[in-house]
Parts: sequence; C-alpha cells; structure tokens
Amino acid sequence: MMKEHQHYLSEMVKELKPSGIRKFFDLAASMKGVISLGVGEPDFVTPWSIREAAILSLEEGFTSYTANPGLLELRQEITTYLNKRFGVQYNPVDQVIVTAGASQAIDLSFRAILNPGDEVLIIEPAFVSYAPLVTLAGGVPIPVSTHPSNGFKLTAEQIENAISSRTKAILLCSPNNPTGTYLNKEELTNIAAVVEKHDLLVVSDEIYAELTYDDEYTSFASIEGMYERTILINGFSKGFAMTGWRLGFLAAPPSFTEQMVKILQYTTMCAPHMLQHGAIEALRNTYHEVESMRRSYRRRRNFIVQSLNNIGLDCHTPGGAFYVFPSIKKTGLTSEQFAEQLLLAEKVAVVPGSAFGESGEGYVRCSYATSLEQLQEAMKRIKRFVDSLEMKKSQTEELYTNN
Amino acid sequence: MKLSSEELEVLSILEENHRIPVEDIALMVNSSVEDVNAVIKKLEDEKVIVSYPALIDWSKVAGKENIVAMIDVKVTPKRGVGFDEVAERIYRFPEVTSLYLMSGAYDLSITIEGKTMSEIARFVSEKLSTIDNVISTTTHFMLKKYKHDGVIFGENNERDHRMVVSP
Repeated sequence: MMKEHQHYLSEMVKELKPSGIRKFFDLAASMKGVISLGVGEPDFVTPWSIREAAILSLEEGFTSYTANPGLLELRQEITTYLNKRFGVQYNPVDQVIVTAGASQAIDLSFRAILNPGDEVLIIEPAFVSYAPLVTLAGGVPIPVSTHPSNGFKLTAEQIENAISSRTKAILLCSPNNPTGTYLNKEELTNIAAVVEKHDLLVVSDEIYAELTYDDEYTSFASIEGMYERTILINGFSKGFAMTGWRLGFLAAPPSFTEQMVKILQYTTMCAPHMLQHGAIEALRNTYHEVESMRRSYRRRRNFIVQSLNNIGLDCHTPGGAFYVFPSIKKTGLTSEQFAEQLLLAEKVAVVPGSAFGESGEGYVRCSYATSLEQLQEAMKRIKRFVDSLEMKKSQTEELYTNN
Repeated sequence: MKLSSEELEVLSILEENHRIPVEDIALMVNSSVEDVNAVIKKLEDEKVIVSYPALIDWSKVAGKENIVAMIDVKVTPKRGVGFDEVAERIYRFPEVTSLYLMSGAYDLSITIEGKTMSEIARFVSEKLSTIDNVISTTTHFMLKKYKHDGVIFGENNERDHRMVVSP
C-alpha cells in the first residue's frame, strides 16, 4: 500500500523554502489595474533583428541539437564580445558554455565545484535562487549581510568575518539584484585580495553588466590574479532584453568547463538551436540597441531615485541593474506589511526586501523597468500611501496625547 | 554645434515625448528645473528644436482623411543657386509637407497632402510642371501609412506580456 506522497520526496527538496516572491505574486496577479514595480526583467521586447534571426533559423530548418557547449560560431562571438567589452580573453573551443539562462550557468558552476558540506558565501540581499542552488549542489550557503550605510557594497572585512575552513567560493553579483549596487574596480580589487589569501573561487554573476550607468563595467575575471579563480557568468536576458529566451553563458578555465560540459550533456544536452542563432545576431549587430536601452534605464533610475527621496523614502542611487532599494523603515511597517498594504491600498506592486534575505528587511525592491508614464503614476500613488500612513501615525499620537 | 551630454539627454527625451513635464525631465537628467528650462530655451533659440508637432493619425478622424502623394521631380539646376531656388519655389506651397533633394534617378522628392485626388492633380499640372526648370514629374499616391517618423500606426499589438512579479 502506498504511503503519503510526502514520504517519497527528497528531504533536501522538501526543506527548500519556496521563493518569498511567490506568495506576493499570487496576490498581485489576482488584482486588476495594478502598476507593477515588481518585475525583474526589461520592459523592452527583444530587438526585432534578433527575433528575425531566430525566425529565419527556424525557417531554414535549424531544429537539431548543437554541440553541448553551444554553436561554435556563437561561442566565438561570445569570446570576441567578452574581450572587446571587458578585456578578458577566453578560448571559444574549450572555455565557453552556452546555457539555458544564466541560472543554469550558476547551477553548473556549483555542481562542478562543490563537495558535500563546502560553503559558499552569498552576499545578501541576494537574488532568490543563489542559496537554493548551493543547497541542491550539496553545499552550504552562508549568508553575508551588506549594509545600507555604504550603499550595500560588499567589503573585504565582511567576507573575512564569514570565512571558515570549509569556504570554497563566493557568489558575487554586481550590479546586484535587488539593490542595484555596483562594485567598481577598486572595490573588486579589495575583494580579490581576500579571495587570494583564502584560496577561494568566485562565481561572478555579471548578468547586469550591460546595465551600469556611471562607471565603465569591470569584470571580476579582469582583476589581476583572478582569471584563474573566476567562473564568469553572463547572458542575454537583461542587456539584450531576452529573458524569455533562456540563453546565458559562462566562461572559465578549461579544467572547470570540461567538467561542466559533462553535467550539461547529461541534463539538457544543449541550449535551443534556433535561439542560439538569435544570440549570434544579438552580439554581432545589435549593440547600439543595448546602448539605447541603457540610456533609457538611466533616465528612469534618476527619476525614481529622486522621486522616492522626495516622498521621504531614503533611497541610495544604485550604479546598475534596473532596481532601486528604498528604505521603508520610517513607516514603522515590515517590508512585507508595506508591500501588501501598498498593493491593497494603491495597487502598486513592489517586492518586500525580506524576500532577498534578512538584511533586506526594512526595504522594498522597486523595478523601474516600466514605462515612464507608469512610473510617474506609481510615484503619485506611493506618495499618497506614505502620506496616509503618516497621517494615521500623527492621528494616533494626537489621540494618545489628548488622553 | 557641439552639445553637452545633458543637452543631448534633454533632446532625446523631448524627441520621444515633448509633453513630459520639465520637473520630470530635471529628475531624469539629475539637474534643476531652471537648468533644464535654460537648456530647452537655448536649443529652441538655436533652432535645434524646430517645433513640437503632434503626430496625428488623421485617417481615423471622419471627414479629415487626407490624400498623400509623393512626387519625384527632375529639375535642371540653375547656375549659381543649384537646386535651392527651385526648391524654395516649391516648399512655399503650404500643401507641400516635405521636400528633399535626392541622389539618384530624380532630384527632388516632394510629399504633398490634399483633400482630393484632383486637388493634387491640379497642383502637379498647374503649379509644379509649369515651374521653369522642372523637366518631369512622377506622382505616387500613398495607399496606407504603416510607420511614420519612427512610430508604428494602427493597433499596438506589443502588449506587456510579462508576469506581474518576478525575481
């Protein structure tokens, strides 16, 4: 006789926490007329010439498997791009793997480098999938909290404090989701010194590299001495507005990629063939579109940062990505309460900072990857909401003093 | 004329939508309202910003549909003034909505709008062909406007397909 289904499930999987975003998504999706600042992807549709290239590829019948690490032609474009854009050199033949999104690249990295019990430092607030991916690969995620006092920038000291004899790697994400924080060359160099000292690896998620607004982007692999220690993760989702294509890539020393290819071979075989043709077009001919999208995000970033500060929600100016991470501590609400009440009262969806780790409590993530008209309206609504909270607060205070 | 990066930003914002309040433009370029006003004034004075027309799809308005034709014109250029003199004669007609000097098989490209076909025919036969240096004209009537000045006409089917909240 069969037991309860629960009995048959993996303990490890059962213990994984569901994404904190999920609950909120269900609530927001059930409402009409919501302005969403909760979307973690570009509001642009993929540039037409990229879409057209993928359509053409289908018409021409490119429906077979490709080599496990992807079409060589695409890998060549990727290495040219990495070299031209970030000054890092990889061999397209044995150092690059095309994956189903940067997420798969991160998964491959952890599976390739972690032994049971190995620790990986996750810099929080962090993208929701890093820690679970470490767990699924048999490792132990160790959260490292960053602080708003310096704009959530990771410091060498914070890493030092979290390192143990089991620490294997650090997952870096710059610009960061959800804070938008960007680490410049100097800051990366400081981190590199600790990495070197403790003999660590770095999985560097550079998916937002194209979306940095104030400085030239520095790839962690380009920092002196770090090339051999870095698994560079990037992809097409954010910069080229291709999230739904699920196309990412990684570049690393050949002894790492050699092992990762095995995993890829046995799990997904390769990334979709016709979409890889779109990606070739993306790298070859559409960089001007990336630049134009970047300019558009930058304007909206400036607009939303100043608007939120004017409303009275303290917000640092993030150097990249399309998120701002304002503090809502002033309101006296938890980030979940704030997000839920704002949604119910004014139909604006933001993501509670607590979904990204403990240090995200007291903050909400607002994505500005939405039209300026929507942002203008959202700011009006948030102002109305915050004002109403203050009104309530002063009314209660008055009540107390009167009594 | 060399523009600063802030001036270029303001131009590019206005080109997309000139009805954005100056206050919001100031936020977007990290500047003050006074500065943005000064930039706009300067660009208007220098005729870098020429005008602020609205792009209207008149075909949607009953009784306001226009007939548009593009006319290729061959011209004998005149010593000393080239094509400019004949161009000036042509662009002064209010029904001419655009005029370009072209390379290739003909010289001037005219866009003209009228209420009826005969109105346009009259312009070609009575005004245009009778100009001294005009050798020949070829008139093409426009049947449907798909895209104009970078804007796609008709129904916008590029809806937002994204989920409301995503990580």
